[in-house]
Amino acid sequence: MQNGSTNKIWELLNTVPDPEIPVISVVELGVILDVKFVDNSFLIYISPTYSGCPATKTFQDDISTCLKENNIHNFKLIIKYDPPWTTDLMTEETKEKLMKYGISPPSNIVVCPQCKSEKTQLISEFGSTACKSLYKCINCLEPFEHFKCI
Amino acid sequence: MSNLLNYTLRIADNAIILGQRMSQWCSNGPTLEEDIAMVNISLDLFGQANGFYEYASSIDGNKSVDDFAFLRSEREYFNNLIVEQKNGHFGDTIVRNFLFDAYSVLFYNKLSESKDEILAALGAKSLKEAKYHLRHSSNWLIRLGDGTEESNIKVQKSLEDIWMYTGNLFEMDDIDNELLKSGIAVDNSSLINDWDKKVNEILDKAKLNKPEDCYMQTGSKKGLHTEHLGHLLSDMQFLQRAYPNAKW
Repeated sequence: MQNGSTNKIWELLNTVPDPEIPVISVVELGVILDVKFVDNSFLIYISPTYSGCPATKTFQDDISTCLKENNIHNFKLIIKYDPPWTTDLMTEETKEKLMKYGISPPSNIVVCPQCKSEKTQLISEFGSTACKSLYKCINCLEPFEHFKCI
Repeated sequence: MSNLLNYTLRIADNAIILGQRMSQWCSNGPTLEEDIAMVNISLDLFGQANGFYEYASSIDGNKSVDDFAFLRSEREYFNNLIVEQKNGHFGDTIVRNFLFDAYSVLFYNKLSESKDEILAALGAKSLKEAKYHLRHSSNWLIRLGDGTEESNIKVQKSLEDIWMYTGNLFEMDDIDNELLKSGIAVDNSSLINDWDKKVNEILDKAKLNKPEDCYMQTGSKKGLHTEHLGHLLSDMQFLQRAYPNAKW
């Protein structure tokens, strides 16, 4: 059983990838609100992303598996809706990772991940997953996905 | 049933029933992008419903989220009449969703200020999604209304057909009024002016005429529904009814 070091938990959580976008971790995604050590157990507060995102369940399972594999069994995952998750929780570094992966990161000016042009056009506000919308680059004509701002 | 439970179910039921309607478009959308859009909206709504049912389950103590969704009959559902109306053609769906989305944004905006912390949090979360659902239905309504002569005639008819279910959105009954006094519920009747404004703005852009005042159907707060809800539930609940406690 682990003692009350929440740093270790944060480190482990940072190794759990987002199931849909494996280049970023669940910590970088901003869904881990807090980790506390209370009454001999780790309380991990999770803020779900888009209500309809099927990955929410998957990353909870992935977090549980990762902690158990590292011999940590005294933890609880707690879903917390307040404050609501927002794309503002993503750091510049995380946005850079998304861009390299080919997904235009959340921002007011939508940039093409291929040619970096700002001349882009919305095709549909809905894409392959709950978090993405479809865009087209006017400059290089490539279609691409943009992480929706909420 | 406590007032708070009943109130929470009304919100959850709106989300799940409209979610079920939108899921019926899966593989039937007019274009691939639109098919994806409608199913995404459906998922958002199911997710919202799940949050409210979880809260309902914590109030009730004996019923799970699945019990609420799959083991209540139509008289025990409290969703607004407009969301259970059939998809019809694409224009019918867009009109129904637009009228409801415009209400939903205003409703969740107020709910996010509720003194009940959980309803407020769920309201704030749902509001973010309701906003882009409204953008989606508004943009389509403008495109259809201001499209061809045929598309204009069709959606004008959709609007006339469904208008009688809009009054139900702004009703207040004893439960609403009780919870409003304690700062928990939203005053639906106070939303009508802003709703009117939004509806007028979009109908104007869409070159559509607002239907004249007419008889407004009521009943949802007492569990009285149009004939369509029973059919929808029989489809949605089939598996749990035929194979009780079946799990994924």
